[in-house]
Amino acid sequence: MTTRQLMNSLGVAMAMCLAAGGAANAKALVYCLEGSPENFNPALTTTNTSLDASRHVFDQLVEFERGTTNLIPGLAESWEFSDGGKTVTFHLRKGVKFGAVKDFTPTRDFNADDVLFSFNRQLKPDHPYHMVTGGKFDTFNDMDMGKIIQSIEKKDDSTVVFHLSEPNAPFMANLAMDFASIGSAEYADALTKKGTPEQIDQVPVGTGPYSFVAYQKDTVIRFKARPDYFRGKPAIDDYIISIVPDPTVRFAKLKAGECTLMGFPRPSDLPEMEKDKSLQVMHQPGLNIAYWTFNEQKKPFDDVRVRRALIMAIDKAAIIRDVYGNTGQAAKNPIPPTIWSYNDTVKDYPYDPEKSKTLLKEAGVTTPLDIDLWYMPVQRPYNPNPKRIGEMMQADLSKIGVNAKLVTYEWGEYRKRLQQGEAMTGQLGWTGDNGDPDNFFFLLGCNAARDGGQNIARFCDKTYEDKLQKARQSTDKEERAQLYEDMQTIAHDQAVWFTIAHSVVYEIAKSNLTGYKISPLGRHEFAGADLK
Amino acid sequence: MIRFLIRRIALTLPTFVALMFVTFVAIRLVPGDPVEVRVGEHGISPERLAEFRHQLGLDQPVWKQFADYVWRLFHGDFGTSVVTNQKVLTEFFTLFPATLELAFCALIFAIGIGIPAGAVAAVKRGSTYDHMLMGMSLTGYSMPIFWWGLLLVMFFSERLGWTPVSGRIDLIQYYFEPVTGFMLIDALLSDQPGAFWSALSHLALPAIVLGTIPLAIIARMTRSSMLEVLNEDYVRTAKAKGLAPWRVIGLHALRNALIPVITIIGLQVGGLMGGAVLTEYIFAWPGVGHWLIDAISRRDYPALQGGIMLISSIVIIVNLFVDVLYGTVNPRIRHGR
Repeated sequence: MTTRQLMNSLGVAMAMCLAAGGAANAKALVYCLEGSPENFNPALTTTNTSLDASRHVFDQLVEFERGTTNLIPGLAESWEFSDGGKTVTFHLRKGVKFGAVKDFTPTRDFNADDVLFSFNRQLKPDHPYHMVTGGKFDTFNDMDMGKIIQSIEKKDDSTVVFHLSEPNAPFMANLAMDFASIGSAEYADALTKKGTPEQIDQVPVGTGPYSFVAYQKDTVIRFKARPDYFRGKPAIDDYIISIVPDPTVRFAKLKAGECTLMGFPRPSDLPEMEKDKSLQVMHQPGLNIAYWTFNEQKKPFDDVRVRRALIMAIDKAAIIRDVYGNTGQAAKNPIPPTIWSYNDTVKDYPYDPEKSKTLLKEAGVTTPLDIDLWYMPVQRPYNPNPKRIGEMMQADLSKIGVNAKLVTYEWGEYRKRLQQGEAMTGQLGWTGDNGDPDNFFFLLGCNAARDGGQNIARFCDKTYEDKLQKARQSTDKEERAQLYEDMQTIAHDQAVWFTIAHSVVYEIAKSNLTGYKISPLGRHEFAGADLK
Repeated sequence: MIRFLIRRIALTLPTFVALMFVTFVAIRLVPGDPVEVRVGEHGISPERLAEFRHQLGLDQPVWKQFADYVWRLFHGDFGTSVVTNQKVLTEFFTLFPATLELAFCALIFAIGIGIPAGAVAAVKRGSTYDHMLMGMSLTGYSMPIFWWGLLLVMFFSERLGWTPVSGRIDLIQYYFEPVTGFMLIDALLSDQPGAFWSALSHLALPAIVLGTIPLAIIARMTRSSMLEVLNEDYVRTAKAKGLAPWRVIGLHALRNALIPVITIIGLQVGGLMGGAVLTEYIFAWPGVGHWLIDAISRRDYPALQGGIMLISSIVIIVNLFVDVLYGTVNPRIRHGR
């Protein structure tokens, strides 16, 4: 036993002598979070760091099954579509209770008023809570919810109807996202009476498995398990988030037992983590894609042979090995394998510089060919070193007579110009929001191919577009899966992107943590976990 | 004395104004702005971009933004964080006790070891001890704080298990509402057995890391100041009178040698604030340094401006206090002779 452990043990022994018996047996889990939350309202933040801070307080109407992107009933126990998919009627669970906080104890169960409050706050600019805490509902707007939802109607305390502007299958997956968390209308009213409405986003109240206890800024967030949670009391009594920005320090805390789980390890620490028997290393491909795209509105990239030629000129394996290491998996489709409808039958283009030269000749391209190659100035979740990847690509392209000029701008400027269609070729990527394939495939849709849109390739193919729209309006998952598989084949055949990689997400935990599942959506959820 | 004080205060005002301007401009020279940083691959519609920039006043000319900022500042409004929507002043003073506690303990560490070490080095000038001490002091001064901190964590926390890795207290064993914001005091007030020891053990490594550079500077300054003083006639007289060595060194020599050291200690406050930024990051210490790093990456202009102005004000005030103290201790300074 080390000196610190001995001293801690003595301190613990003294504390336990004075504590009640029940409290001394409480299980506590410490999650080391990499940053501080902006607030405690999932609707007002877009970073996973902030979402992790408040997630366990809330539920949504529908939820992602832990560790997957599959949708399961949440606060809505069932739902049905009508009016050609434009109306969704949710039947709410009865007897679901809200948690209590220091200055508020709920007096009623969850009902339709809470759903209306949570959505109308974001939907209606004249809602009394719309501008509380700044009114920046970024995710609600990014997912076009304001355009999709026409209105929300309360039929009775247990029934809510969403009227949509058009059928929209991904809408259900959107409702499982954190921004769609259900807050307490009763709490909002109480805070309005007290004259402190902004507290709603600082001291959260929800129906989730844990209730908020306290936040000490930049230090720790504490939660207590709720015995009256509708899915049953979580096994872990005390959930503590410790804020630790540096990954080396997070690893040190994990080894010392001061953390139970951490994310975002330093890649260079992974080998040591894997050897340590007191730890378990979990990983899976992230819900993201890094790609290099060609602007089809600029010659010679309007010719599919040229696009294929450049794709086959790049040594993808070398990029994965030298830049990603064990934090990346080579990509062949626009979606990662963790999303349903992934088409594994698609065969990636091989690395074949000789074939590249042949294709360029067939396309009538004379070399040397001068192009630009835009690379991102910042690291992204899907791309750890865009500049290095750009340089490797440049070197590969030079072997087939293509001179790529490396170009970059400040990140905001880079995105803006790329989306305006200024680049001939450029790197970018995408991180999935809701696990629905549409959330990736829309990137190659005709609507996004406008100036300022996210379809950097300016790809607009009628067959692809028809399938995209059909999949969006269908509620038949099998039918949608087939459509998306077809779209992957089209994207491959049309060589719209050089798909680089999906980054691999690592999470490291103490070996006594059981029942925890890595979420492909980057969520850290402990309601089903336990400590043995 | 009053005239001296007024003169000193008058000199700080232009410093304050210049600082305001330089901070304001420097922050805006960093690429990106608060809205662009929040927007990821989703992009943002031109309408929403314009709306957000208008809300933050970024659509105004820079001179107008500065004028508005100065006007609000002189009314005590340091602005609202664009990230958390909390008042900058509130956030700062929530976190400042943690930085103050760390800086204070680092300074106690630096003074408590630096002055005696420097004095002994001067007395034993040319000895192995003197050379060793000056070598260590040079090393301490040259080491990057980040590297030094991680090294201590890896050795004392990981290898030996003598100290916790980071944070202010054992989060699993102890929970109490902050009263003063100073963990040592709050731990004592909590009456929870072991809490004070836990808080102290968490403070040890960060205080050592932060105090290392000031210790090196104070030790060297004390040594050179002592060397001058030890050659003075009054010290020779004290020795000749047969006074015990501790009286000669401690009461006569050191007291006079400390005058320039006081100034150096005052100057260290600025260094401690700067060093606290990195130390707090390594040790997950929830102080204003850590908060400012977050503000930079998020382009949280109000928090950055407000935080820098507040920290700089504190440094200016402390230096003013040191000047006054120096004047009190050394009448020649006070009377401008």
